Amino acid sequence: MDEEYDVIVLGTGLKECILSGLLSVDGLKVLHMDRNDYYGGESTSLNLNQLWKRFRGDDKPPPHLGASRDYNIDMNPKFIMANGNLVRVLIHTDVTKYLSFKAVDGSYVFNKSKVHKVPSNDMEALKSPLMGIFEKRRARKFFIYVQNYIESDPKTHEGMDLTRVTTKELIAKYGLDDNTIDFIGHALALHRDDRYLSEPALDTVKRMKLYAESLARFQGGSPYIYPLYGLGELPQAFARLSAVYGGTYMLNKPECKVEFDDEGKVAGVTSEGETAKCKKVVCDPSYLPGKVRKVGRVARAIAIMSHPIPSTDESHSVQIILPQKQLGRKSDMYLFCCSYTHNVAPKGKFIAFVSTEAETDQPAIELKPGIDLLGPVDEIFFDIYDRFEPVNECSLDNCFISTSYDATTHFESTVDDVLNMYTLITGKVIDLSVDLSAASAAEE
Amino acid sequence: MATIGHNNLNAKLVLLGDMGAGKSSLVLRFVKGQFLEFQESTIGAAFFSQTLAVNDATVKFEIWDTAGQERYHSLAPMYYRGAAAAIIVYDITSSDSFTRAKKWVQELQKQGNPNMVMALAGNKADLEDKRKVAAEEARVYAEENGLFFMETSAKTASNVNDVFYEIAKRLPRAQPAQNPAGMVLVDRPAEGTRAASCCS
Repeated sequence: MDEEYDVIVLGTGLKECILSGLLSVDGLKVLHMDRNDYYGGESTSLNLNQLWKRFRGDDKPPPHLGASRDYNIDMNPKFIMANGNLVRVLIHTDVTKYLSFKAVDGSYVFNKSKVHKVPSNDMEALKSPLMGIFEKRRARKFFIYVQNYIESDPKTHEGMDLTRVTTKELIAKYGLDDNTIDFIGHALALHRDDRYLSEPALDTVKRMKLYAESLARFQGGSPYIYPLYGLGELPQAFARLSAVYGGTYMLNKPECKVEFDDEGKVAGVTSEGETAKCKKVVCDPSYLPGKVRKVGRVARAIAIMSHPIPSTDESHSVQIILPQKQLGRKSDMYLFCCSYTHNVAPKGKFIAFVSTEAETDQPAIELKPGIDLLGPVDEIFFDIYDRFEPVNECSLDNCFISTSYDATTHFESTVDDVLNMYTLITGKVIDLSVDLSAASAAEE
Repeated sequence: MATIGHNNLNAKLVLLGDMGAGKSSLVLRFVKGQFLEFQESTIGAAFFSQTLAVNDATVKFEIWDTAGQERYHSLAPMYYRGAAAAIIVYDITSSDSFTRAKKWVQELQKQGNPNMVMALAGNKADLEDKRKVAAEEARVYAEENGLFFMETSAKTASNVNDVFYEIAKRLPRAQPAQNPAGMVLVDRPAEGTRAASCCS
């Protein structure tokens, strides 16, 4: 490894692997290392033995749970918006050929202590028990406005400039009540807090359209798709892309110390006594702890179950969003459930995750509203981890550090970070305007 | 996993073996009929497909090359996942490459699916005068470990197609998919592929 590289990437989490792939395709000479002997870092998927080793020390998993290798338990559970940016990146890079996906069965929202299907268009709004009869009609009108809205066509704007009108003002025009606004904002537009209400409405309208268009894409019960064998496949697929374009891969490399020159710029990376020179380093926060700061913590529970989540119409894969207001919290709580139908567990088994931005030190108590929705569990694990963001000035030190994964159950914020980093590293903007309408799903 | 439909079989095939043993050369010979004396290390293309007609069916191989990730033992589990067949390649002029081929067989037995069809290919058979690995030794090893064995030459094309035909013949025919198969997102309507009924 005593060579010179354009970029050395440290950590094989999803963000680092996408960047590694994009940079190799651009023709840069990339060395990609990880201290672990497996791919994926914080976004890996563990088998049962690995899960026990991580959370239960020397104990062994009970035999009734089935074979360890049949489990692929995501450490960073998220679903993929069918028309979202991750799919655009997958198609843009042609990485889709290494992966198989299946639609996610259901998308639900917690409202007034009950779980409801998320209505996403005017027809579903009319049927939804989330709203009373008059509210349904008002919501229907709002949905129709959003469906017809085309940014480039002022005729569809009904006289409103959504770059100036706030979300609150737009919604007020349709007279929707707080309850309706809550599920639209959090379960459809996927906002994580209530700041969107005082921001220009365009973002929310675009997010609602993304949700509805994603839902229409595969005619599943949700706008989401998810890879067979779990999310751990994604970093591996992008790593393969990078390797195919000449990227060099080394796992199980201890230390990975970033070296700097006199001016504080990156000079290389040392591992096992050898130093590889490079111009730039891309890494997750754990490789440069001195250049990041803690911005929050994620509390989560991982449950192994033998049944789908109750009140989700037997969905074998499902997301439930519990908006902050419904729980009296400052941040939303997310439920994510996947099962043997996506090859992440043996026949009959389900993996559920409850996660939220931690507001206390007691995840078991804090996550209770979500855990109560699961019904009986075979096993449950609690965990709390810190989130970091970079504080360095990358134009001065040539270190490009990703932000830790947040608690959201979809990838939109993940891909935003990657695209932003790509632009900082290369000075270029990726054109992701792939033809999604021409993109179809082929049965393999 | 091999999936079946109307006597058409789709099978993922992976190549294993050390750098320089000739993995990519074998595939290029099989898929394109080409041979380059100084084949560069695999860059840019590491995914091929080729369809073969055997007696009762057509077999479409999706062939995965290592893309160099074998160099520092960094092949991802995804590489082995769902593979119906594997060719382990060594160079008959290098005992080291044969030793390491055995390691790859062990790795496959650990990671791969138990019904996988495995072939051991002693490549560069045209270099008889530099031979270091006796054909008999490899044949015995292959038999003991449930592989079939052939010596090949990507340069002269000797036995190259034969390895793939033999694999195609040995693939189990009536293997029901364990799960309804997933969908592959493509950026154009897949050629000759029926659109999944669940999809627009």
